[in-house]
Amino acid sequence: MRVTLKIWRQAGPSAAGSFSTYSVDDVKDEMSFLEVLDVLNERLTEAGEEPVAFDSDCREGICGTCGLMINGQAHGPQRGTATCQLHMRTFKDGDEITVEPWKVASFPIMRDLIVNRAPLDAIVEAGGFISADTGGAPDANLIPIPKPVADAAMDAAACIGCGACVAACPNGAGQLFTSAKLAHLNLLPQGQAQRWDRTERMVETMELFFGSCTNHGECQEACPKEISIDFIALMNRDYVRSKVKNRKLIGQSFP
Amino acid sequence: MVLELDSKSPKGDIKDRWDNHRFDMKLVNPNNKRKFDVLVVGTGLAGAAAAASLAQLGYKVKAFTFHDSPRRAHSIAAQGGINAAKNYKNDGDSIYRLFYDTVKGGDFRARESNVYRLAQVSVNIIDQCVAQGVPFAREYGGLLDNRSFGGAQVSRTFYARGQTGQQLLIGAYHALMEQVSKGTVELYTKTELLDVVVKDGVCCGIVTRDLSTGEVRSFNGHAVLLCTGGYSNAFYLSTNAMNCNVTAAWRAHRKGAAFANPCYTQIHPTCIPASDEFQSKLTLMSESLRNDGRIWVPKGFDDNRPADQIPEGERDYYLERKYPAFGNLVPRDVASRNAKTVVDEGRGVGPLKNGVFLDFSDAINRLGEDVVKERYGNLFDMYERITGENPYKVPMRIYPATHYTMGGLWVDYNLMTTIPGLYALGEANFSDHGANRLGASALMQGLADGYFVAPYTIGDYLSKLLGQPPVPVTDPAFAEAEAGLRDEISMWMNVGGTKSVDHYHRELGKIVWDRIGMARDKNGLEKAIAEIPVLREEFRKNVRVLGTPEGINQSLEKVMRVDDFFELAELMARDALHREESCGGHFRVEHQDEEGEAQRDDENFSYVAAWEWKGRGVPQELNKEPLDFEYVHPAKRSYK
Ligand SMILES: Cc1cc2nc3c(=O)[nH]c(=O)nc-3n(C[C@H](O)[C@H](O)[C@H](O)COP(=O)(O)OP(=O)(O)OC[C@H]3O[C@@H](n4cnc5c(N)ncnc54)[C@H](O)[C@@H]3O)c2cc1C
Ligand code: SF4
Ligand code: FES
Repeated sequence: MRVTLKIWRQAGPSAAGSFSTYSVDDVKDEMSFLEVLDVLNERLTEAGEEPVAFDSDCREGICGTCGLMINGQAHGPQRGTATCQLHMRTFKDGDEITVEPWKVASFPIMRDLIVNRAPLDAIVEAGGFISADTGGAPDANLIPIPKPVADAAMDAAACIGCGACVAACPNGAGQLFTSAKLAHLNLLPQGQAQRWDRTERMVETMELFFGSCTNHGECQEACPKEISIDFIALMNRDYVRSKVKNRKLIGQSFP
Repeated sequence: MVLELDSKSPKGDIKDRWDNHRFDMKLVNPNNKRKFDVLVVGTGLAGAAAAASLAQLGYKVKAFTFHDSPRRAHSIAAQGGINAAKNYKNDGDSIYRLFYDTVKGGDFRARESNVYRLAQVSVNIIDQCVAQGVPFAREYGGLLDNRSFGGAQVSRTFYARGQTGQQLLIGAYHALMEQVSKGTVELYTKTELLDVVVKDGVCCGIVTRDLSTGEVRSFNGHAVLLCTGGYSNAFYLSTNAMNCNVTAAWRAHRKGAAFANPCYTQIHPTCIPASDEFQSKLTLMSESLRNDGRIWVPKGFDDNRPADQIPEGERDYYLERKYPAFGNLVPRDVASRNAKTVVDEGRGVGPLKNGVFLDFSDAINRLGEDVVKERYGNLFDMYERITGENPYKVPMRIYPATHYTMGGLWVDYNLMTTIPGLYALGEANFSDHGANRLGASALMQGLADGYFVAPYTIGDYLSKLLGQPPVPVTDPAFAEAEAGLRDEISMWMNVGGTKSVDHYHRELGKIVWDRIGMARDKNGLEKAIAEIPVLREEFRKNVRVLGTPEGINQSLEKVMRVDDFFELAELMARDALHREESCGGHFRVEHQDEEGEAQRDDENFSYVAAWEWKGRGVPQELNKEPLDFEYVHPAKRSYK
């Protein structure tokens, strides 16, 4: 099949960007979407035009490196699928496909389709961990964890940190990502000691970088790991409680 | 000069070696630790674990990754699980058994002391990970679940759905980010190491390029840890992430670090067969699938019937037939070679006849679809997304692909390379897997090195440097390395050729796969040694890197990595040619018995081949570290 790609090109962080249109033929059903971009890039290089910069690594939907807006949808049309796992059998001959980077203020465009997602790491840095220095851990089977609890934590921990939830949100909110990171740790017995402190820090760091959530639910639709917005409800509950609990913990020394 | 390869392996009863060694090593007093700068390059399992643990101890750590976040390292893609000798299943596992299985699985080409230590600390790894909140799979009673894996008869593999690597890496990444928040680790993302700096024979720092701005910069430290992963992408098509490369290890090699056993590469038996020439990488289906899936091909040649129309009697479950004791769970090399044999015979399945079936219908009948879904759901989904076929209904098609590299930088028992002050951890070193790695043991080794080995052994080295400031980055050694890198970059920018970097990478990969792949022979290896330099010459004259060295330039990033792959590939061929035996992942067609099983030659090849750089265009020199087996006596590996 033959497809036409309308791709966002931008030479650098402060350069102006615009769309360029390319057509690629000999596209096969079995090819992945990124393989079409690979083919395009080889042709561009041979023709003396700079290849399109885009990020990917594992190409298995697990590292979270890839991420494109395809026809206006984060990670493209297929549910529960990262860009790198999207295959051309989803498209048909003659399709025109628009390809853009994540376009949200909190992820500045670095070049073409590559953005800077450092704020996601900043949220984790704020408290997204369980403090357990190497060496002091008790036997792993000392604390039995009910299977449903472990499973729910794992559902949240499946987040790949791609940022599609932010890109899909009309407000550019970071709630789905942050709530998934929080739920992973807050649901587990090991995570209880720092639960309230963690929640307060991560939520407030999120608010520094991202827009606010008005319950559109677009994030869940776009998420390649189908992370549930129920985790946002859990985060909101924990955040309210954290305000009270944290004050109590420090002997109400706050005004 | 011939290298002195002192393994520093402790003497005495193997059970006490690590304990005694830890006691004998010098310590750095807690107040002095902050006087030492340690550079950790790579933030996958090995690197993130090491950086976090060293920072917890009080060292001043800088961590580097070319990824935009530590959480993206290739470790994230590991699916199946991590081994540990916990014996939670009461099925007869022990540290000694894990040690034994690993030495045997490695086909008697690993150092016993290292492997024993790995088995010992495996139990601590699981404790550590659970404490960090890694959501391992659990049973209904709330205790940890285990599964079995290739090359073992006990269930000792811990897993987190099909995403074990992801969860372990997130655990290590969290620990790392905690230290970043405390200011004890300075994290440099999108920063690629492109040279190792050595002064007076001692490693004193690194030179990097910032992948966002193109800035070339030096960093100094008392010790440098390379935790930069494996080199499977020398094959172009492999299960590794697109950006995995050998550059860090290779550039250390060029500065004097010996490269060990480059020909020990592992072909994984359960990958999705390639579908066309544009294929950019191959996808692994976790080996854990072999627990419940049965591997077969039609008995007849060129059988074009769909699987469900081939009656039981006309199917050849060749692994169960040839290896009744281990059946579908034989080690990877055995499973891979047997798949190649049946496909080469013309009994392959699928549109390109390049696969074998992995069939779950028995498991679904026995356990029910729900249980199968619980165990492998995400793998089945992944398979369906790629192939458009539903594995609950039709058997999967699988074929071997390059997956892991046992070879790597030579290190002693302390994980130090032949350059003092330069360490290698994780897949980047050659240490624990001999000629073949057992499933679920790479994650174990990466975390063992990072959490439990390097933090001790580095202290011993640093203790001797107390009072010495690091070599300043203004030293001529740094200036020279930086100038060398700038020259290299401008050389690539000015080749002015016509073909893309990927084109040459693909061509190189074809040679490596055809001649240094699953089965090797003298003729093919000699051809590879002749062909690779010719292709490399053409590459250096005719590759095209557009754009500028400032800012993001992905072709420039790739061109340097591929150039290093060329040199490595040639060494892989030389190593494979010199090793006149078959062992583990290295199968020489000339050395097999009547039944096609690998034939080792312990008398002549029971050593580690450590190659020493002699300069551009000059073949490396071979150094040998003899291997002694005091505990597990070399025997023919039999899985029958
Ligand atoms: C698909 C797949 C599935 C697997 N499944 C399993 C499994 O189930 N069980 C198991 O035990 N093993 C498994 N393995 C193997 C295992 O995942 C790897 O061997 C292991 O994760 C390697 O970890 P590492 O820390 O050594 O390196 P990596 O995780 O590869 O990390 C390398 C790091 O180095 C950085 N880096 C590299 N070069 C440079 C440079 N020049 N400058 C700066 N930074 C650099 C990268 O950015 C990255 O942070 C699997 C491998 C694959 C491919
Ligand atoms: S919640 Fe989903 S969309 Fe958001 S970062 Fe995680 S995986 Fe990506
Ligand atoms: S490239 Fe890793 S998730 Fe897409």
